[in-house]
Amino acid sequence: MNVLEIVLEIISWVLLLGGSFFSIVGGIGIVRLPEFFSRLHGGGVTDTLGAGLIMAGLMVQAGLSLVTVKLLTILFFLVVTSPSSCHALAKAALFGGLKPELDKNPPSSRDKSSS
Amino acid sequence: MFVVTAIAILITMALALVRAMFGPTVFDRVLALNMFGTKTVLLICVVCFLTGRTDFLDLALLYSLMNFIGMVALLRFSQFGHFREEAAGN
Amino acid sequence: MKYSPILGVLLLAAWLLWSGHFDKPFVMALGVLSCAFSLYVALRMEIVDEEGAPWQLGARPFTHYAPWLAREIVQSNIEVTRIIISPAMPLQRNMVTVTPHAETELGRVMLANSITLTPGTVSVRMEGDEILVHALSFEGAAEDISGEMDRRICQMEKQP
Repeated sequence: MNVLEIVLEIISWVLLLGGSFFSIVGGIGIVRLPEFFSRLHGGGVTDTLGAGLIMAGLMVQAGLSLVTVKLLTILFFLVVTSPSSCHALAKAALFGGLKPELDKNPPSSRDKSSS
Repeated sequence: MFVVTAIAILITMALALVRAMFGPTVFDRVLALNMFGTKTVLLICVVCFLTGRTDFLDLALLYSLMNFIGMVALLRFSQFGHFREEAAGN
Repeated sequence: MKYSPILGVLLLAAWLLWSGHFDKPFVMALGVLSCAFSLYVALRMEIVDEEGAPWQLGARPFTHYAPWLAREIVQSNIEVTRIIISPAMPLQRNMVTVTPHAETELGRVMLANSITLTPGTVSVRMEGDEILVHALSFEGAAEDISGEMDRRICQMEKQP
């Protein structure tokens, strides 16, 4: 029993620290990346793996209880709503006249070749 | 150990605030705001474990939903300049 | 309309979970009342259909699709993290058009959301049968991932 508790503690430590790392990486990305459409990806890192790992660490800490179910629901809502708001943001920016900077061939030639 | 996670989340929020301050366009600022909201939800969850008060989780769920609705409303406003279109449709 | 009882049961389950009151009849009656009111409002808004309560998919999104998507998300997260942390930031930004093969609108929306959920690719615009995707680094970013995704969503849709 004691060994199991220590193992669970270590697992939740690792998950929480991993989540903290990925959330800070997303923060660095949102500051460092050069233009708006790239920064969206930096926000995506914190929304998916950062939030997911921190929530998983808290779930391991809580064990099997109502708290775990609530955390799972919060995570589900975060995972469902974050791509929607991300997409709304990208679409609004595109219609608001913001042109994405591209490094490779421009979108028009890509469109022809892929369709 | 929750303190470490809380500090990491606070650092991320500070970075998002930096982007909201320097962001050249409106959309950069809205993106930083969105990230700030997500981090708030996580911070509430961590603080709930830090203080042992599990009723904070209800607030976290409320915050995640409010964040989403606020984002969409803000984008609608920045896209059309008013909220009236839906009301006129009905 | 077979979707409204399903939505009602889901609402009741959510209420019970979040309130934690299992023993007080008065409070539970109020909860049932609020669920009924929410159901009435949803029916009035006419949003109770196969999109509002996607019962026809069953539990397959959670059992078949979500684990694969989670693994995919972890992989692309590590790629994006490597790009962000490296001092030179080797960006290869690109816009790609993806054509979903899912039959229903729900399937297409699921594909677009999955594309956005994996970091490194964001679906920017969705018109008719085409999704415009912004990719952070082009190598292995958009087309092979979304091809596999598309196949899995079609498969999930078709199974009875």
